[in-house]
Amino acid sequence: MLSIVCPFCGPRDETEFRCGGESHIARPGPPDAVTDEAWADYLFYRDNTKGVQFERWVHAYGCGLWFNVARNSVTHEILAVYEMTDPKPHGLVE
Amino acid sequence: MKYSALNLLRQGFAGHRGWPAAWRNADLKSDYDIVIVGGGGHGLATAYYLAKEHGLSNIAVLEKGWIGGGNTGRNTTVVRSNYFYPESAAFYDFSLKLYEGLSRELNYNIMLSQRGMMMLAHSSHDLELLKRSRNAMLLNGVDAKLLTPDEVKARAPALDVSRKARHPIWGALMQERGGVARHDAVAWGYARAASALGVDIVQNCEVVGFDIVAGRIKGVRTRLGEVKADRVALAAAGHSSVLARMVCFRLPLYSYALQAFVSEPLKPVLDTVIASPASGTGVYVSQSDKGELVVGSALDLYGSYAQRGNLPIIEETAAGLVSLFPSFSRLRLLRHWAGIVDVTHDSTPIIDRTPIDGLYVNCGWGTGGFKAIPGGGATFAHLIARDAPHPLAAPFSFDRFRTGALIDEAAAAGIAH
Repeated sequence: MLSIVCPFCGPRDETEFRCGGESHIARPGPPDAVTDEAWADYLFYRDNTKGVQFERWVHAYGCGLWFNVARNSVTHEILAVYEMTDPKPHGLVE
Repeated sequence: MKYSALNLLRQGFAGHRGWPAAWRNADLKSDYDIVIVGGGGHGLATAYYLAKEHGLSNIAVLEKGWIGGGNTGRNTTVVRSNYFYPESAAFYDFSLKLYEGLSRELNYNIMLSQRGMMMLAHSSHDLELLKRSRNAMLLNGVDAKLLTPDEVKARAPALDVSRKARHPIWGALMQERGGVARHDAVAWGYARAASALGVDIVQNCEVVGFDIVAGRIKGVRTRLGEVKADRVALAAAGHSSVLARMVCFRLPLYSYALQAFVSEPLKPVLDTVIASPASGTGVYVSQSDKGELVVGSALDLYGSYAQRGNLPIIEETAAGLVSLFPSFSRLRLLRHWAGIVDVTHDSTPIIDRTPIDGLYVNCGWGTGGFKAIPGGGATFAHLIARDAPHPLAAPFSFDRFRTGALIDEAAAAGIAH
């Protein structure tokens, strides 16, 4: 069971949360200029890192807040919780 | 040595001390024509079909750990072809047909037991969707029939089919040709047959890099040294993205942990495979020849490479199982484990070339790779040998992500793959 620290509610069990997949994915644009390849890359292609992953989570059965989590995908250790618009934390980026 | 009644008798008289090793644990050479990365079912089957169907030799299968120790040894051994779209149905039924002849083909008993696989409907809406699935299967030439609640009860008396059940049973979609096969035997059968055709199977040989010159693959770097190869084929399931990253491209995959469970052994209680995708927990269960219940359910829904599961899914799975079979409530789970599955957005696999010439990839099987082993191996071997896709695997290309022509089985069949 992961214990995730919601920035608003504090530490809660993982069952209260839903993972929204990789974070820091910017939508390409403007629409007319986006190639099919770039659009496919945006929609489907992922880093899928073995190691530190940067993910979006939502406190679905709590306050409803979306936020970012840096989590090790092998040990499941949570290394940082930070706000949705914050950049990846220093020291965790490869 | 051929496995036969005569040889069994002979070896019996000799105290069973004369059996040779089933396959050759090869030492790594420095040069191969084809290197396959990943010694699971798909990698071993690919090597076998390359040697058998395409007459190629000088092939190596490199395995990070031991053969069949990844998802091939971690799944719930179900084989079936109850898919919705024509592309999937054609491919998975081809795979199931290969399974039906596999023990004879490999001279290795894979213990295929076509005991039927039924998907339960728990509401009138579920039943409508299963009717739609049945119609699609019949149109695709796959056997399928609907069972009434009475027929379901007759087939699986332990199921709670009463109106008071937590998940009342409105019927089921049955594929009689579905069933289970011995997963370790599938890996070992292909390994033995491939090894007999001269394929080198090298264990404890993790690939750590690739040699690429001017956009063309030249070889791989492993923990046991460098290997030259003109053609390299990746069959690494949940670790496909890790390998692709060494070559600097990304894959449309996400890796999740999928758990499975085995209970303490019981006397015979369940002689078919039952799945309950609509109950919310997605539980499926069968009984092994040893009497254990083999149980699976949903993914741990966040990225993982941990090969172990998490507690909430255990609780959910146990609750789901007991809601279907109240009499299992006092049963204890003996073991649980997880495999790392590579899930695509449309729950359809990828068998294709890559941006690097001579580098091929077989991935994206998600939670359903075991049933696809013979088909995946045969079509991947075709792609590697001819540098052109097998007709059955042509739809499973990267191109569909660019064109948008996804084969969205997850939405269509509504079941975990």
